[in-house]
Amino acid sequence: MNNEIRIINGIVFDPTNNIDGKVVDICIKDGKIVSEVSKSAKVIDAKGMVVMPGGVDIHCHITGPKVNLARKLMPEDHRLDPHFKTPNTQSGSGGIVPSTFATGYRYATLGYTTAMEAAVPPLTARHALEEMYDTPIIDNGFYVLLGNNLFLQSLIAEGRFAEFKEAVAWWLNATKAYTVKLVNPGGDEPWKGHKNLNVKSIDEDSKATDIAPRKVIEAFIDAVHELGLPHPPHIHCNNLGHSGNYDTTIETMKTAGDRRLHVAHIQFNSYAGEVGKPPKSASKEITDYVNEHQNITCDVGQVMFGKAMFMTADAPLTYLLRGYKKEKWVNADTECESGCGILPFDYQGMIYTHALQWAIGLEIFLLSKDPWRIVLSTDHPNGGSFANYPLVIKLLMDYEFRKVAMRSVNQKAMNSTILGELKREYTLNEICIITRAGPAKCLGLKDKGHLGVGADADVTIYDMLEDKEEMFNAPRYVMKSGQLLIADHEFVSDYTDKKVLRVAPDYDKEIEKVIKPFFDDFYSVNYQNYAIQDDYLHGLGKVIGTKKKNSIYEN
Amino acid sequence: MSAASKDIKVVNEKIVENATCTFCGCCCDDITLTVDMDKKVITKAKDACVLGKSWFLNHVIEDKPIARIAGKEVPLDDAINEAAKILMDAKFPILYGMSDTVCEAQRHCAPIMDDCGGTIDTTTSVCHGPSGMAFQGVGEPTMTLGEVKNRADFVMYWGGNPAEAHPRHFARYAVTPEGMYTPNGKDDRTVVIVDIRHTKTAGVSDIFLQLKPGKDFELLWMLRAACKGVDIPDDCKDICGVEKEVVEDLFQRMKNCNYGVIFFGMGLTMSRGRHFNSGALMALATDLNEFTHFVAKPARGHGNVTGADNVVSWQTGYPFGVNFSRGHPRFNPGEFTTVDTLSRKEADAALIIASDPVANFPKPAIDHITSDKCKLISIDTKNTPTSEAAHVSIQTSTYGINTGGTVYRMDDVPISLRPAFDSPFPSDLEVLTKLRKKVNELSKKANRPYATKKYM
Amino acid sequence: MKGQLILIPGRSSKQGVGLNKGKLKEEYIRVTTTLELSFEDAQELGLETADIVKISNHIGETEVQVKVLKEGKLPIGYAFIPYGPPSSCLFDGETCGTGMPASKGMTIDVEFIKKGVKKKTALPPKTAVG
Repeated sequence: MNNEIRIINGIVFDPTNNIDGKVVDICIKDGKIVSEVSKSAKVIDAKGMVVMPGGVDIHCHITGPKVNLARKLMPEDHRLDPHFKTPNTQSGSGGIVPSTFATGYRYATLGYTTAMEAAVPPLTARHALEEMYDTPIIDNGFYVLLGNNLFLQSLIAEGRFAEFKEAVAWWLNATKAYTVKLVNPGGDEPWKGHKNLNVKSIDEDSKATDIAPRKVIEAFIDAVHELGLPHPPHIHCNNLGHSGNYDTTIETMKTAGDRRLHVAHIQFNSYAGEVGKPPKSASKEITDYVNEHQNITCDVGQVMFGKAMFMTADAPLTYLLRGYKKEKWVNADTECESGCGILPFDYQGMIYTHALQWAIGLEIFLLSKDPWRIVLSTDHPNGGSFANYPLVIKLLMDYEFRKVAMRSVNQKAMNSTILGELKREYTLNEICIITRAGPAKCLGLKDKGHLGVGADADVTIYDMLEDKEEMFNAPRYVMKSGQLLIADHEFVSDYTDKKVLRVAPDYDKEIEKVIKPFFDDFYSVNYQNYAIQDDYLHGLGKVIGTKKKNSIYEN
Repeated sequence: MSAASKDIKVVNEKIVENATCTFCGCCCDDITLTVDMDKKVITKAKDACVLGKSWFLNHVIEDKPIARIAGKEVPLDDAINEAAKILMDAKFPILYGMSDTVCEAQRHCAPIMDDCGGTIDTTTSVCHGPSGMAFQGVGEPTMTLGEVKNRADFVMYWGGNPAEAHPRHFARYAVTPEGMYTPNGKDDRTVVIVDIRHTKTAGVSDIFLQLKPGKDFELLWMLRAACKGVDIPDDCKDICGVEKEVVEDLFQRMKNCNYGVIFFGMGLTMSRGRHFNSGALMALATDLNEFTHFVAKPARGHGNVTGADNVVSWQTGYPFGVNFSRGHPRFNPGEFTTVDTLSRKEADAALIIASDPVANFPKPAIDHITSDKCKLISIDTKNTPTSEAAHVSIQTSTYGINTGGTVYRMDDVPISLRPAFDSPFPSDLEVLTKLRKKVNELSKKANRPYATKKYM
Repeated sequence: MKGQLILIPGRSSKQGVGLNKGKLKEEYIRVTTTLELSFEDAQELGLETADIVKISNHIGETEVQVKVLKEGKLPIGYAFIPYGPPSSCLFDGETCGTGMPASKGMTIDVEFIKKGVKKKTALPPKTAVG
């Protein structure tokens, strides 16, 4: 059957290949972008429409054990937002943590075709892979939580860095992960082992912490650099959410030196002010640093008003937030590796801190000099649902709209920021960068985020509308690997041949002899049952190669 | 007799190391199986407990038909087609069970019910379903079992009898293991049992509280109040059967431990109060985090009921008792749970997978499911009262013995199975994959109206 | 002899073992038809281990065999039986909107039916050595 497609007359945005709103044909064959197709190709006339690569979400929480706990927690939220069955798609539940089928369909409905699960503990990574198999359409991968791994920390503490690197590579292979995730490194042990304490500084070296977070961060940055992973360590910095935390963030970025580091949802770590007092904005200090250091990439973690759900391996932070409003709360410790906190939340525009967080995120976007390295996320669902992305886009593209929005929120917060002075309006090209081309480059995905020859044929076609929220909310056509999934806004087929993106760096098998005794002593599963078999990829695994780089600009 | 003349018996023997036992929620994955490959039986199950040994050693390949309709042997595909037709023709089809099979098979169940507009429920609804409901109300601080092994210096079992229901729980996870911060094993821990009767478990505890039956909620609430600074009442013993001084001492121990855990069982979920009891316990564990690190965990029973919970939750958003009649999942315990849909005679077709309601359910439910008002389909690995009563009966191979796949331990840790020997019976996965395909075909032909609401 | 007790069904390792051997087999049937009574209640009702009794409520009835426990093992007024078809006869389908029938804590009538066969404890008679 002929799978050739030619998209004609569309206004194409492909920043990776320097196409900025030009009308060019896009040709697709065998699931890839090609230079030409035959006359028998199906033709899609995209006149008056915008053609972009499929969206790439670099940081969200959509599959895995903590996500499922959060799903189970919120039946009332699901009931308000049912996801109806159609002739081509399965039913599900929506709300702030949609069920897996609904997640895949809803991302596709926004024109997204790749989404990376941001935090999974190794012990339960099978669960994340199983959920990915039940998440239709979108390609996935995940970041494996290693920052509080007790065995790895002990290697760092003893200065055994060569073995540390091999062990990190072993863990990446054993879990089928995409890169290393660090969340509040050093913060697990005070929480679980010392009656609910937390670490307060990256140089804290108390009895409770066992090892200073800085040492952990440096060790991972070096090891991942040596391994040449396509995406560097992805870090949720210490002191997230606390007033005055911006200096922790800058110190954390400094530990990277000139090595690559990705700072997750950087907005939550961009606060000035004093600990224990209301925060102020430090967006300028943070964006100045990121702008000036090409080795650093980040996603913003924009807060949006309305429902959210804290779902994070930063368990002590979640417990602290629970103290403000005694909502139902979940904590889940994972032996030897990690923790997790879950708390339903509501961001309200009239509350000073929430309005400030919203403003800080927008400031970061607007002060950014490099949309390739400061990309869009809401840390779904921590800052709000991914369903908000079209609204974020409108806020960035439309200064007048932004002004109106600012007038309806807490004014004390607005007056303490410079948001009102920032008149910049993002162009469609820049939006394309922060939602597709940039995240793909940050992730090292050469076949994503662009429409050049050889790219995966993940294509989204939007009607060109004045109202950008409406435009990005409902693409007219969405294609995944050249297969049309949405046509005229409706699903025309389901799609399960998605990919699970992972890395498989080489490692010295001798390291297993070093790792196994720790398992025998301290884990509750047998070592031989820990590493995940290839079966869990269901033939969908795709290994992305390794190569040492110091920035996203190196090829 | 010389050594040379001794007969040497050759047995075609296979050793399977690191096998997982799926009989209870402990899912011990350190079992070594010795398999006689000629006779297709497991002859040894090293390190398995008494339940695990009986699980492994009693498994034999029976000489029985794979599929039957109305008691008569038929080809498997015929049985599947008949089952699909029954489900599609029914006005209120239900699917129940799912616990004694792997997640790979379980994940076909909700889509089957989605296609026929039916109702899906798992054995959770008659086990820790109330704890799941309580979870939706209050949340839960919890952990994986290795945290207990490494850290817990206060271990409590409330309303459960692990010595009989989870025999290796003490030895493998919670009491005797020498962990990272509990190098002396049991000597580093205080073990407390709260139960209405003096069970075998109580016999190995440090402290046993014999509670008045039906008074779990009261004692839990007193402890919650203590967390807020309220004194234990003087008439404590009259209220719950335990002396005031004992409860005060208990509270101090809970408050002052380094890492406390409460495992809880059917004593809470199956008695008066149900989810209120579970909720009180989970809320107490939350309250205790004001003082120390405290967690709780329901002691799940059958091998993969936790898997069923997880699969149905990720596919529908709800853990059990889910209905698809309106074209989307709706959750309502009491309305869509199986004891209810059967006792009220609502279900007119029932697909029972890997469970035995005809043996275990209340009489009104059994009466209906075995009547001609409800067409019964059974997919199971052995003869049970349910499979014997079924109109369509399909025998499948056994997970963890004949087939591999994933199960979830009681603490949500996914573990892969290592099968011992194969079986002439099809796997649940094979049968459910075919059934799903057939139901999907029929549902497309049925031309049911779909809602056209745009949801974004 | 008649009386009323509160029934607590539950799991036991013997029930679990019997289940694996087969629900239709003798061992499982024997285990799930064994009703444990407290020493004090047995005295009150004039019952001994191995007696056959009928237990019933408004849902149904079944015959089970008594096992008398030592003092203090069961609270007075309560009886224990491992889960199985006999105890299921007595469960009400009412779940109070939770999906879970309240299986623990049902009031049952207990009525003596007949003496059962006690487990042999004596040694068999000596055989002649030839």
